[in-house]
Amino acid sequence: MRPLREALASFHRAPLLGALSIGTIGLSLLIMGLFALSAHNIGSAISDIERRVEVVGYLVDDVGEDRVAIAREEMLSYPEVEDVRYVSKTEALVNARRDLVEFSDVYQGLDINPLPASIHLRLKPGFRDPDAVQEVAHRLSGYDFVEEVRFGEAWVEQLFSLRKMAGVAAAVLGGAFAIVAVLLIGSSVRMTILARAEEIAVMQTLGATEGYIQRPFLVEGFITGLLGGLVALGLTRAGFWLFTRQFAGFGRLSWLPDVWIIIGLVAASILGLLAASFSVRRELGKAYAI
Amino acid sequence: MIRFRNVTKRYPRTGAAIENITFHLRKAEFAFLTGHSGAGKTTLLRLIHFQTSPTEGEVQVSRYNSKRVRRRQVPDVRRRVGFVFQDFKLLERLTAAENIAFALEVTGTAKREIDGKVQRLLGQVGLAAKARSRPEELSGGERQRVVIARALATDPIVLLADEPTGNLDPRAAEGVLELFRNLNRLGMAVLMATHDATLIRANPDTRVLELEHGKLVCDSAQPPEEVA
Repeated sequence: MRPLREALASFHRAPLLGALSIGTIGLSLLIMGLFALSAHNIGSAISDIERRVEVVGYLVDDVGEDRVAIAREEMLSYPEVEDVRYVSKTEALVNARRDLVEFSDVYQGLDINPLPASIHLRLKPGFRDPDAVQEVAHRLSGYDFVEEVRFGEAWVEQLFSLRKMAGVAAAVLGGAFAIVAVLLIGSSVRMTILARAEEIAVMQTLGATEGYIQRPFLVEGFITGLLGGLVALGLTRAGFWLFTRQFAGFGRLSWLPDVWIIIGLVAASILGLLAASFSVRRELGKAYAI
Repeated sequence: MIRFRNVTKRYPRTGAAIENITFHLRKAEFAFLTGHSGAGKTTLLRLIHFQTSPTEGEVQVSRYNSKRVRRRQVPDVRRRVGFVFQDFKLLERLTAAENIAFALEVTGTAKREIDGKVQRLLGQVGLAAKARSRPEELSGGERQRVVIARALATDPIVLLADEPTGNLDPRAAEGVLELFRNLNRLGMAVLMATHDATLIRANPDTRVLELEHGKLVCDSAQPPEEVA
């Protein structure tokens, strides 16, 4: 209870310094917040595209629907497969007439339906990479009633490269922003500890234990980190609102998932705590040569 | 109680601050530690307070030895060794009583005991009427008395004073010295660093340890050949 009381008293004694620290941490974490928002939306956009990855097997004519049904059950048991959809010859023609409007004349008045029936396999997330797609395509082509298999090989590979590039960019940029945030938070917390260096020195001289001295600073660091995180969250939300308002035609942008927000706030609090721990230990070390 | 055995303290850049010093300060003893600025007085006091450790030799304070003491034991050493600074080091935002209470709080005294003990300590140093004054409202001598009361809060066995009269006028200095004398009569050891020769001459019966360029050149309690 004393550490919390002392930490709150410290904010009360030096409200400007406290506000400055929280503001600095808030702005440092705002960079992370905006980065997380961008990464989340880019990731969502790529996932949306990836969801369209499917392996299509075109079937020979006159294959019995009961054979297709049995094969469909088998395909659904593949670990990579999320969904299997059968499109009959009739459905294929209806779809073509609907989707390919510019060729509507071609599909009118036909005596024979030239389009094959097909079977469409959608893959689960995590199995939308070229290797998994190739593997499923290979298995599908093993059925004797499957005449041809298509999955847009070049497109899948490009998509996978894009995902990899986005991942690397996120890791590098995210890491760099995180380091900047850690340094700024460290300096900010250190500023509040330096302001009380004399008090720390007096406590050491009097024989206070290191734990006794440290605890209020750790609580203060934790609270400062949490409040800084909330400031960053508020600023990120305001930035998101402004952006979506100004650029309404930009497309559908989504706000951060709750779990990201919780992780961000916990990380901000822990960063504040670690920065305080590091700074106060450094300050304490000055008076302990033992 | 405090024993130095062939203690040398060297700093990487400035070299030896004190060199091969041996002496013993007994229980309830009063001694002056003197020497010019830079002679090593403060380093010697810091060694007793375990703020720094010897490069060679060993320092014994009560049952703690500089060679064997653990970092977590240092606070206990410091509670047994009261420290009085020339520049007071009082917390300006606190009153005289609160500064003393602060010392009691940080060393874990029960809350119910603090008020009574603060009053007793303020009375002991003659500042009962100034309990609610902040340091800026006190004279130099009064501030030094608050520092002494604060140093006494942990019931130390020895008081170290680093030029405690350095910032005081002669009358206030005399008052502070008299306070140390009274504490000493009550059984507390006192080691007072000062370069005030007049003060030392005025107390001819008091033991004097004199440092020069980091060496103990005179210990009035020992024949000169033993010091060397």
